[in-house]
Amino acid sequence: MNEVELLNWVRGPGLNIAIGIFLLGTIWRLFEIYSLGRKKDLSAPRHTAGASGWNTIARRSLAPPGMLKRSPISYIGGYVFHVGLAIVVFLFAPHIELIENLFGLSWPALPSQVVDLATVVTLAAMVLVLVDRINKPVKRYLSTVEDYFTWAVTFLPVLTGYMAVKHLLLPYTTMLALHILSVEILLVVLPFTKLFHVFTLFMSRWYNGQANAHKGVPV
Amino acid sequence: MSASLDKGVAVLKEMIDAPIASYFESCVHCGLCAEACLFYTETGDPKYTPIHKLEPLRRIYEQEYTLLGRLAKLVGLSKPVTDDELEAWKELVYNSCTLCARCSLVCPVGNDIVYMVRKFREGMAVSGHAPDGLIGAVTRTIEIGSPMGVKLPAVQAQMKHVQDETGIEIPMDKEGAEYMVMLSSMEIMNFPEYLGAIAKIMKQAGKTWTLCSTAFEATNAGIQIGVSDLAKVIVNRIVEGAERLKVKTVISPECGHAYTALRWDGANLIGRPYTFKVLHILEVLDEFRSQGLLKTEGFETTRMTFHDPCQLGRRGGVVEQPRNLMNMVTKDFVEMDDPGKYNWCCGGGGGVSANEEAEELRLEVFKIKKRQLENVGAKTMVTACANCRIVLEEGLEHYQMDIPVVGLTELIAEHLAPDK
Ligand code: SF4
Ligand code: SF4
Repeated sequence: MNEVELLNWVRGPGLNIAIGIFLLGTIWRLFEIYSLGRKKDLSAPRHTAGASGWNTIARRSLAPPGMLKRSPISYIGGYVFHVGLAIVVFLFAPHIELIENLFGLSWPALPSQVVDLATVVTLAAMVLVLVDRINKPVKRYLSTVEDYFTWAVTFLPVLTGYMAVKHLLLPYTTMLALHILSVEILLVVLPFTKLFHVFTLFMSRWYNGQANAHKGVPV
Repeated sequence: MSASLDKGVAVLKEMIDAPIASYFESCVHCGLCAEACLFYTETGDPKYTPIHKLEPLRRIYEQEYTLLGRLAKLVGLSKPVTDDELEAWKELVYNSCTLCARCSLVCPVGNDIVYMVRKFREGMAVSGHAPDGLIGAVTRTIEIGSPMGVKLPAVQAQMKHVQDETGIEIPMDKEGAEYMVMLSSMEIMNFPEYLGAIAKIMKQAGKTWTLCSTAFEATNAGIQIGVSDLAKVIVNRIVEGAERLKVKTVISPECGHAYTALRWDGANLIGRPYTFKVLHILEVLDEFRSQGLLKTEGFETTRMTFHDPCQLGRRGGVVEQPRNLMNMVTKDFVEMDDPGKYNWCCGGGGGVSANEEAEELRLEVFKIKKRQLENVGAKTMVTACANCRIVLEEGLEHYQMDIPVVGLTELIAEHLAPDK
């Protein structure tokens, strides 16, 4: 298989397979988790303003008092790379074009220089959180192979995308093929690893917020 | 696999619900929950990271409820949970967790970690991995009526003592009273002032109240140890007592876990809503205050601070009330860092104070309270949980700090305006 064939494969069958596994995997996993259900709370509720599942979904995006100081890299690195990823994935013109071709939806893009900058910053933030994971005793203690693996499959699409756009190291076609391939790997593993938190975190926050709202505590 | 392990795992399988599954799936191993837990912040040992305390439960979830986990178990890639492993986790699940729930407030993906610890304890207890101290406390509550072995005659003796001292009659088993007052053994044994304080306050407010001879003890060690069956027996006593006496409201004493057990867990344990209301004594006092039924005079002038019992504030939603009451009787009330729902635990909740194996660690993590106190320079500590109170006193003594700890209800009672 030469690079053109590879590119054709990743753009055609490869992409379909990846999206298929991603969608079916996601639906299956959501079913597996949420079909477990839960019991109704029979105690008399207490009502307090600002306490609800929805409130917690929003509130948990901010660092609770004192936490930023205790773990600055987690928060700052975390914000930067999550926001950076969102910019790179959703506001880069070629990505929007692809989404338009696939689903018919489109929105304005950011200038490519801005996306370039966001990419570099995202990569840097990801390296920083990786170093932090290795350095910080608690993070290192909790980390499993999966944590490093999921880091890598998230990092590679950003890196290869940047290298393709900048024509670095390998010819554009090859790099683009690798970029798409790496995205497909990401899509395939997402439902089955901790990357699935992109979906479950909203429900987790909601459950926690709702259970504590029942007691009148905004969490 | 031993029979008890089998049972324990079966219980855990039953405990796992959608929230727990969602929490485990959401965890990104960021370790931020450790920064919220006094057992980590005061020791620096990563094994005390809250989510790590649940690792065996997570494996059971994965192996039983996820497709990939089941496959991994089938081909031997994922090891089943063993007795040895659970025994090793005992220290993490009981000795180093006070069910304070601070971790549940900071996890960025929103995991309610304490909810899971509480459920995990159910399986630990059934499989025979609960600490002896707690087992003893539950057995005594079931057999004798209270975790410290306090029997009715001890309560009656105290009633008499209070009656003699205050000249106010202490009602027992009075049908149709508005309030039924519960005690905790700690109060019966160590803080007899509580009952006298209630008597005076009720008299001033002109309210009818009663003790109940079949249910005077509110503490529920069944909840702390994680045995719902026993917790249910204990709660049922109170429900039956309250319904027999047809009271409108049951007042939970100054004991955090008793409040949680009675206010939030009780109805779920017995499987139906109560026919009466449950209020913590501070809620009642604040209600009296706002209705003008609580009149005090004079102020404390020494610098005082309030320690929020975890189960009352963060887990119970009673945060404003103690502040209103503090301001009624103190002039120099200062807040420690992270007051209210973010307060740091005394280190003895969740059954830790009844667990001898945990004592050394408990005194070590008390450093956080020591620092908090030193930062505000308070000369007296006020709280509203008899267990916190004992634990705080022991901690302060250990670090040779001469700071008295008082219950807020008693403090209020001391300032009651005399009858006109
Ligand atoms: S804070 Fe939440 S996401 Fe982070 S390690 Fe703890 S449980 Fe997991
Ligand atoms: S509930 Fe409190 S003591 Fe237990 S793990 Fe969470 S923060 Fe630590």
